[in-house]
Amino acid sequence: MKIKSTLENYVFVLPAVLIFAVFYIIPFIWVFQLGLYDWDGILPTKIFVGLDNFKEILFDKIWWQSMGNAGYITLIALTFQNALAFLLAWACDREIRGKNLYRVIFFIPPVLSEVVVGLVWQWILDGNYGLLNSWLAHLGLSHLARSWLSEPQTALTAVAIVHCWKGFGWGFLIFLAGLQTIPRELYEAARVDGANAWVSFRKITIPLMIPVAVLVAILTVLGTMQAFVLIIAMTGGGPAYHTQVPALRILASMRGSSRFGYACAQGISFGVILMAISFIQYRFSKKSRV
Amino acid sequence: MKTGAYYKTKKASINLLIHLFLLSVATTCLFPLIWMVSSSLKSQDVIFKDTSLLPKAFHFENYYRAWMEGGFGRYFLNSIFYTVAVVIGIIIISSMAAYAFSRFRFPGRNIMFFMFMAAMMIPIPGSFVALYVLLNKLHLRNTSFGYILCMINVGLSTSIFLLKTFFDKMPKELEDAARIDGCSKIGLWWHVALPLSKPVLAVVVVFNALNVWNEYILALIIFDSRPLMPLQVALTTFQGEFVTNYPLLMAGLTITAIPIIIVYLLMQKYIVKGVTQGAVVG
Repeated sequence: MKIKSTLENYVFVLPAVLIFAVFYIIPFIWVFQLGLYDWDGILPTKIFVGLDNFKEILFDKIWWQSMGNAGYITLIALTFQNALAFLLAWACDREIRGKNLYRVIFFIPPVLSEVVVGLVWQWILDGNYGLLNSWLAHLGLSHLARSWLSEPQTALTAVAIVHCWKGFGWGFLIFLAGLQTIPRELYEAARVDGANAWVSFRKITIPLMIPVAVLVAILTVLGTMQAFVLIIAMTGGGPAYHTQVPALRILASMRGSSRFGYACAQGISFGVILMAISFIQYRFSKKSRV
Repeated sequence: MKTGAYYKTKKASINLLIHLFLLSVATTCLFPLIWMVSSSLKSQDVIFKDTSLLPKAFHFENYYRAWMEGGFGRYFLNSIFYTVAVVIGIIIISSMAAYAFSRFRFPGRNIMFFMFMAAMMIPIPGSFVALYVLLNKLHLRNTSFGYILCMINVGLSTSIFLLKTFFDKMPKELEDAARIDGCSKIGLWWHVALPLSKPVLAVVVVFNALNVWNEYILALIIFDSRPLMPLQVALTTFQGEFVTNYPLLMAGLTITAIPIIIVYLLMQKYIVKGVTQGAVVG
């Protein structure tokens, strides 16, 4: 009876554990194994090369350039996108007409796929047929018109701004939920004590929102560093590696140059860097919590 | 001495500024979508000349052509099929596991649950490389079944977490009553626990549906043959082949975006709940 009952328990978790073992744990182990080999993904023979793949990464200029590009997009997302998200949340956290409608609208870009967003914006920013340039021409500013996505000076920033457009709704919702947990009585009490709006914003809102801000920052960094489908749809990584990001390099190593081992090594290095960043942010958040 | 009227005007002007700010961001959010829909109704001849948001003539045949000639009809049905199959799979598999993790005691329970949770925290950016190799070995690459299994795995951890949290808070009295009536464990899960967990199931369904519908990279590496492709991959392929056929491309994009927007508008209560709960997980 006891044994039958225990077996029954395992039946409940078996499907989940089986799928998880095959499609998560095995690939996880293989990434680490394959990272030590030179393999084209087809031939049955893999050549063991030890840590050579990782050494090569150290001197892979395009890899580090992509890392820099992803860092640049992340920096814009951390500052511009999150500041916008916070301001919007702050504006919606009050008795204001239509705030529910705004909330609904701000989360439309996040639910759309990166492919849809990327392809629509790709056309808007296109040099020859794009809407932006035709507007500039109408305004008599045709000297400002350019191929936004195929010129090295503007491509990366354009991609970063579209990324922010797509992503700010997440931060907005989390900030808004955070703001709504602040008890109204705190503001009331501050006002009775003679504090003006700016003082109560600085002394109540900001300190209470720091943990939320750290959380949003962690999610932004992890999400933005790994984003790449939007870039596939907008520029494909060009012009000349100017919008390449690490995840796109991994895909290129695998599909472009058929170097599966190198692709896995890149994946491991990138994963370790991401873990390190979020760990540092987490520690930082613990310290800042009073 | 500042009068009441002064404060009233000050408040009104601040409110006006806030409204202007919110309104301009909302317009920026909506504009590209309106532009997409309106362009999908223009003809190829005027698409570059007519930049107005209201087309002079509505070319609904673009949708017919995208659906038939562009093959978006097929891709649309593929996407629907994958989304429904994956969501049903996730609901059954993750709710069973979550129920066991919440209610039963058995050896290995904690370590198994811990593994699912760890998978949510650890990013492995190169995992699709290994998945490609694995699916090749299992002869599941370029099959719907392989893709569906992969996507079930993607949604498993978060769904188990959400459901287990819910079951943990659910009172056990109802199940006790059913058990006394001779209900089996499977019966308890199916007849008692699942119906009671509708609010959290809605969150699980919405998030996984959005995730599968919008998924790109796994579909890209798994499918070679076009008749199996979902919409997202088909769109980039289409764009690569018909670079400036914008009316058809925009029709394809609209076909892809509309179902998501409808689901979002109907279920947005659950999405807000999911984002705020999911944020706590991270």
